[in-house]
Amino acid sequence: MLRLPRFELRQPTSVAEAARMLADLGPDALVLAGGTDLLPNMKHELFTPAVVVSLGRIDALRGIRAEADGSLRIGAMTTIADVAHSPIVAERAPCLAQAAGLIAGPQLRRAGTIGGNVLLDTRCQYYNQSYFWRSALGYCLKKDGTVCHVVAGASRCVAAAAADTAPALMTLCATLEFERAAGQRAVAIDDFWVADGISNRRILPGEILVSIRIPPTPPGHRGAYGKLRERGSIDFPLLGVAARLDIDAGGLVERADLVLTALAARPRRVSEASTRLCGTQPGTPGFDMAVQAVAESARRHCHTLSNLLGDTAWRQDMIPVYVKRTLQAAAAGGGPVHHL
Amino acid sequence: MASRDIHGIDPPWGDFRHVGRALRKVDGLAKATGAAVYTDDISLPGMLHAKLLRSPHAHARILAIDTTRVRQLSGVHGVITGEDLPVKFGILPWTQDETALAVGKVRHVGEPVAAVAAVDEDTANAALKLIRVEYELLHVYIDPFESLSRHDPPIHEQHRSGNISKHVHLSFGDVDMALSHADAVVEGDYFFHGTTHAAIEPHCAVAQYAADGVLTLWSSTQITHYVHRALAHVLGLSAHRIRVIQPCLGGAFGGKSDPFSFEFVTAKLAMLTGRPIKLLYTREEVFYTHRGRHPMHMHYKTGATRDGRLTGVDATILVDGGAYSSYGLVTTYYAGQLLTGPYDFPTYRFDSTRVFTNKPTCGPKRGHGSVQPRFAFEVQLDELAEVLRMDPIEIRRRNLLGADTTTVNGQRITSNGIAKCLDFVEQASGWTTRRGRLGYGRGLGVAASMYISGTNYPIYPNPMPQAAVQLKIDRSGLVTVFSGANDIGQGSNSIAQYLVAEELGLALDQVRVASADTDLCPVDLGAYSSRETFMVGNALIDACRKIRPQLVQAVAERWQVDTARVRFVEGVVIDLEDVSRSMSAAEAFQLAEEKFDTLGATGAYNTPTLGGDYRGGTIGAAPAYSFTAHAVEVSVDVETGRITCHDVWIAHDCGRALNPMLVAGQMEGSAYMGVAEALMEDHDVHASGLHKGPSLLDYRIPTSVDTPALHALIVESLDPEGPYGAKEAGEGPLHPSIPAISNAVFDAVGIRLRHLPFTPGRVLAALRARQHSAPSGEPELAGGPR
Repeated sequence: MLRLPRFELRQPTSVAEAARMLADLGPDALVLAGGTDLLPNMKHELFTPAVVVSLGRIDALRGIRAEADGSLRIGAMTTIADVAHSPIVAERAPCLAQAAGLIAGPQLRRAGTIGGNVLLDTRCQYYNQSYFWRSALGYCLKKDGTVCHVVAGASRCVAAAAADTAPALMTLCATLEFERAAGQRAVAIDDFWVADGISNRRILPGEILVSIRIPPTPPGHRGAYGKLRERGSIDFPLLGVAARLDIDAGGLVERADLVLTALAARPRRVSEASTRLCGTQPGTPGFDMAVQAVAESARRHCHTLSNLLGDTAWRQDMIPVYVKRTLQAAAAGGGPVHHL
Repeated sequence: MASRDIHGIDPPWGDFRHVGRALRKVDGLAKATGAAVYTDDISLPGMLHAKLLRSPHAHARILAIDTTRVRQLSGVHGVITGEDLPVKFGILPWTQDETALAVGKVRHVGEPVAAVAAVDEDTANAALKLIRVEYELLHVYIDPFESLSRHDPPIHEQHRSGNISKHVHLSFGDVDMALSHADAVVEGDYFFHGTTHAAIEPHCAVAQYAADGVLTLWSSTQITHYVHRALAHVLGLSAHRIRVIQPCLGGAFGGKSDPFSFEFVTAKLAMLTGRPIKLLYTREEVFYTHRGRHPMHMHYKTGATRDGRLTGVDATILVDGGAYSSYGLVTTYYAGQLLTGPYDFPTYRFDSTRVFTNKPTCGPKRGHGSVQPRFAFEVQLDELAEVLRMDPIEIRRRNLLGADTTTVNGQRITSNGIAKCLDFVEQASGWTTRRGRLGYGRGLGVAASMYISGTNYPIYPNPMPQAAVQLKIDRSGLVTVFSGANDIGQGSNSIAQYLVAEELGLALDQVRVASADTDLCPVDLGAYSSRETFMVGNALIDACRKIRPQLVQAVAERWQVDTARVRFVEGVVIDLEDVSRSMSAAEAFQLAEEKFDTLGATGAYNTPTLGGDYRGGTIGAAPAYSFTAHAVEVSVDVETGRITCHDVWIAHDCGRALNPMLVAGQMEGSAYMGVAEALMEDHDVHASGLHKGPSLLDYRIPTSVDTPALHALIVESLDPEGPYGAKEAGEGPLHPSIPAISNAVFDAVGIRLRHLPFTPGRVLAALRARQHSAPSGEPELAGGPR
């Protein structure tokens, strides 16, 4: 078995205590949520923190709450399984519930957290490997090296955003609520990403993701998530498609959004979804044509890379297919779109 | 009683008490409760941990290795390199080209170069980072076609034939004539990719070198005896000073049937340090150790008469061997020799060439050497049926070899249940009413196969028995079986218990099995070539039939009755003509011990003389053959190219099913593995020779939700030479799954998949190519005869 490098474990019981610890420890410390991604990455020597600060004993970080203003507030340490199974999430944010339900496998969903998934490190076939493997490769831009093996001559890392919940939360206009020793901060999830695979998150040193706020969705809100992967369980996305359609009282789309992930370093919005779909009526040829146009636009503007193992050209081919299926599923109040 | 006796198919006491029942495995509870002791569970006082430094290069000369800094690290007790273990080894005596640690050069990424022993794994890992190795990089061979044409630099300097590992050319009858006179000929190229075993337990060994100079090695091996021999050879120790034990094993599938670096390294470090040594591979190291299925580039040409009778088969096969020989010589033969059933080939020719490449070494994986040609041929047979507008099951029926026949290459077929296998899958799948009628996107496919049940070819030629057991009959009422067989999860220890209890008329709990310990057990050659049930089963019956007359006679004398009246029934001895008289088996054992002294017996098995009278004619000769047919149902998503395999109906002729539950388990596991290889698994490297994803996350094997419904349909042909008529069930049932899926995809959407694995990308490409070539976009036009 690969060995977990040695580290000191701290287990604070409040957010304030954790924030203080992180402020004191500086870059020597990393935050542990469910550990389903951090621990394998540590075994691969991608991270070798001297101290690991576990959030597991902070009860205040767990739970899903319906706020008085109609918004949902999900504690960052709520397990992915709890998000996937929550009736209120399914009702108000179906796309998120579906995305959570397709993360990894049942055991990992019970250990992994929503906050951990949103903050998931980017992934690449040349990066998520053991130290020996990476040394045999000659390392890469993201870790220990200077070359990109995905895009020859690239100066910027293109490791893939691989969190299933992130695009779903983008369609829901979620806000990420952080806390650190110096204070609190709320960031719209759209503004959280940078196109850099080395670190695609605008997170400040010592910051802890405390909760995720999803603003109220209208009664006609619909959403669906489509996930392409090789197996029916366990695997990270080869493509993720989050779709939102809000239907007005007259049956017309009043708001539409589409965000794709597992392409490059950050989730990508297809803006044509809004322009083409608004005003159309699901179930009519007009809607179907608009969906077709959005799928075509996504195919033209989104590009798969060999950052993930497998057939890159096939993943590219799947963009319009999954866009179309996910939008149709959302329109029908169905989903998720998954091969099983 | 002797090793070549034939014991017949009948129950020993009138009717079967244990055989044929769905009995629990002897180690089932221990495994379920976590009590079973695997090699990594062993911990000895003062034990050190070893780790291997592996080559980051696929092909390089080693110019220098500097271990001086390691020796200064606290907690390190030993460091060795290739110079410390220079003796070459290899599973086959003719092709010994491996060393425990690289000597002079490395031939694939991940090849072991040096080893350290330290107080714990972390210290050993830290020590590895202090070793400096200077390499001179050499040209890397990835493409087997390049190895065929180029041999400068050679991968093996001493090898006589450049980068060609083995070439076999055999011809039976006039194939050219037969093909030129055929009414229909189909010709095509097929590719089978590399796959690996992915056994759940990584390789592990613990070595102890005692003060009296006895070396004990506990190893996760499926070939205890060959490891024993290899250790003596490489370490220069007398074999009688070495003891090899196989603890409980977490799967092997052929991946633990070579002697490996970790076994020699632990032994050597134990001898050098005087401390017990453990070495447990990481999952990544298991991928570099490999010995998985050989990629094969295959060209087949098959002819038939108008009425579907085969006239000749002509095959050319390029076998990608990876860095070392391993079983490659046998693989090269098996690629041709094992195809000659279940169909009658009037003429046959194959040309099979194995080349070296700078990739992890290939070897035997479940269905060794014959799964790949079987894929090619069974797809080609479907193509022939299409040309002849014949039902795919019908063309197979018209060409079946029956029981008691001889194949074109001289292999003796005894029992043969293939016709029934085809009947079973035809009925179970609803073939006649459903094939070709499921609508565009859904289809049924069929394929059939034959496989060896043991091989008459011991890995080192010798006239001694291939299987042997010893029985100790104890006055407590217990019979202990000492068996050299390797139980790798297939259940060979369980079979031993059932057979001895059956033969001696005992209750199951009166028989315990000690196995795979070279100090305690007579030699058995190991768990490969589907030989354990057949060969060890016969050896067990042989032993029991030596001791049983003594037990019966002792009771008969006490009762003063004829021996024919004495019957042992599940641990109770009764008089068939006087119900008032009975005694326990333990009492009978005591009477026998009183009369004959200490009770024991040995039993052995050896194959009859088999095989064709030509060079290589014994390779592929087996005392019996199993037969299989599969029907599978698939659907194809024509937008995504994804194939979903819904059902696999597996009909397998295993002779007598000694335990139908274990047989069904082997059939399901085999079909699962076949489906996995067809649709997902891909053991491949980057251009540098670096493995593409040496982990169980990246190397995809189906999860439970990806697994089709597997329907085991047991066919019992009762082989005249198998134990009570039994044959193998562990490897044969894998073969047809893969071509059956290709054939089902043809039924579903009219494309022929000849290149494995059947990824969605390849399916989409084939669908598009068909659309472009067809006169119209209507799928039915290219769909073949329905």
